[in-house]
Formats: sequence, C-alpha cells, structure tokens
Amino acid sequence: MVYLTRKAEFSASHFYHNPAFSAEENRRIFGKCNNPNGHGHNYTLEVTVKGEVDPRSGFVVDLKQLKEILNREVLDAFDHRFLNKEVPEFLTRIPTTENLAIAVWQRLAPKLKTAELHRVRVYETPDLFVDFFGEA
Amino acid sequence: MRAHLIRRYLFSASHRLHSDAMTPEENIATYGKCNNPHGHGHNYYLEVAVSGQVDEATGMVCNLVDLDECVQAEVLERFGHQNLNTLSDFENEVPTTETLCQVIFEILQRSFDKAHLERVRIEETMLNSFEYAGGAEIRP
Repeated sequence: MVYLTRKAEFSASHFYHNPAFSAEENRRIFGKCNNPNGHGHNYTLEVTVKGEVDPRSGFVVDLKQLKEILNREVLDAFDHRFLNKEVPEFLTRIPTTENLAIAVWQRLAPKLKTAELHRVRVYETPDLFVDFFGEA
Repeated sequence: MRAHLIRRYLFSASHRLHSDAMTPEENIATYGKCNNPHGHGHNYYLEVAVSGQVDEATGMVCNLVDLDECVQAEVLERFGHQNLNTLSDFENEVPTTETLCQVIFEILQRSFDKAHLERVRIEETMLNSFEYAGGAEIRP
C-alpha cells in the first residue's frame, strides 16, 4: 500500500453563526468568528489517497486526473468565495474547518476511481488543521 | 462524523541529556553534545491532536478556546522557559523529546476532557520530530 498526497491552496471567507442560538450564545461560543461580515483565510488542502502501485504505470493514481477532480469539485467551488453564502453545504452547516474537511471528502470520494481516499487535511492556518478519514 | 483537530504551539526550554545509571564515558558516548553539563535549549513545536464527533450545532470537535486554555495552563506555562531537568516530571527520567512527548500526553489526558486526545507530536528541531499516542499505533 502506498499513500500519495496532493496539496492545493484556496482562499475564502466565512463566519460562524447558528440561527438556533441567541445572539449572546453565538458571540460566546464563536467569539470573533461570529462577525456577520465574515473574515478570510488562506487554506491549504492536502488530499491523501492510497492504493497498490500499478505494475505497468508505477502509479498509485494518475496525478493529472486527481488534480482535475480536485480543481473541478473543490477549488472551483471554494476559491475566492464567501463560504456561508456561495457553497451549498454551508447554507445549512457552519463552515468550520471540521465541516470543510468533511465537505471536501464528500465531494471527492465518489469521484475517485482508481485509488481510495485516505485522508483530507485542511489547514485553516499553519497552526490549526483538521484531518478527516471518512469516519462515521 | 468523527474528525481530528490538530493545533500547534511553541515553547522554548533547556535540557541536558544525562543518565545517572551510566558512567561519564557512557553518557558522552550515548548523548554526545547533549550531555554538556550546562545544558542547551530548543524551540519546541508542540502539536496536539484531538478527535471527536463534529457537533451539529457548532460544527466543532471541541471549542478551540478550551483546548488553547488547557494547553497554555497545563503545558506551556509549566515547560516554557524552564530547564526541564529541574522539573519534578523529569526527576526520574532523562528529558529526551521522547520522554517529553509521553509526559505531555499524560498531562493532557488527565486535564483535557472536551475531546479524545489522539496524540502529541513534538518537533525538537526542524530535522527531528517525535510522536506519542499513548502506546497506540499512529496512522499515516
């Protein structure tokens, strides 16, 4: 089994707010992230796939295909967007780093043919990141 | 759904690698420069990984403020700008980064209860890093 990781970057804005909470609760739980005008990050995304090395090509996965899927399914949708308002998942879910990692997984997993998705890692900043392994 | 949240922290501390169970020659042979009696220091980058179900109401594994407060109070204030050899945690242990990983893992396991502690990773320098998951295997 060999693991291959592809990195990508996107920049987006978001804010944290749950309409079921009172204004005070939103401020207490989400702090500065509750500012309704949003704020932004340069996100770094790492997508790790795993599989056996194909004896003919020497590849775990065709990197060109992986890059195309990543661009089409994730980066075109997230890059330079206000996540809360422009990405369907986040009209109802709060765009935390946890939920971003889950959304990236859900977008990529059904599209990958040859290799199996192993891990999605989303860096919100270099000091804060989330791993999602597709666990229930 | 279960996700893993990883947060990085920085602290600086000094240490000396020396075992009373070894002769001076053995200490030098084992620890080399790190056996210098006056000690030396590092900027340690600490990574704390926790996991849990993503709360549907908050979108979070745990509130980062709670994790930061706990690590600040229990780890950074305890070890930051200290000589590790002088601390009770290392009374009977050589303060290698392996041991430091284990000590910090055990402190956080006792003191942080808002999510499951997965592992502690420490970069002693840009070239060396160590990980401890309470004895469990660490997955890639």
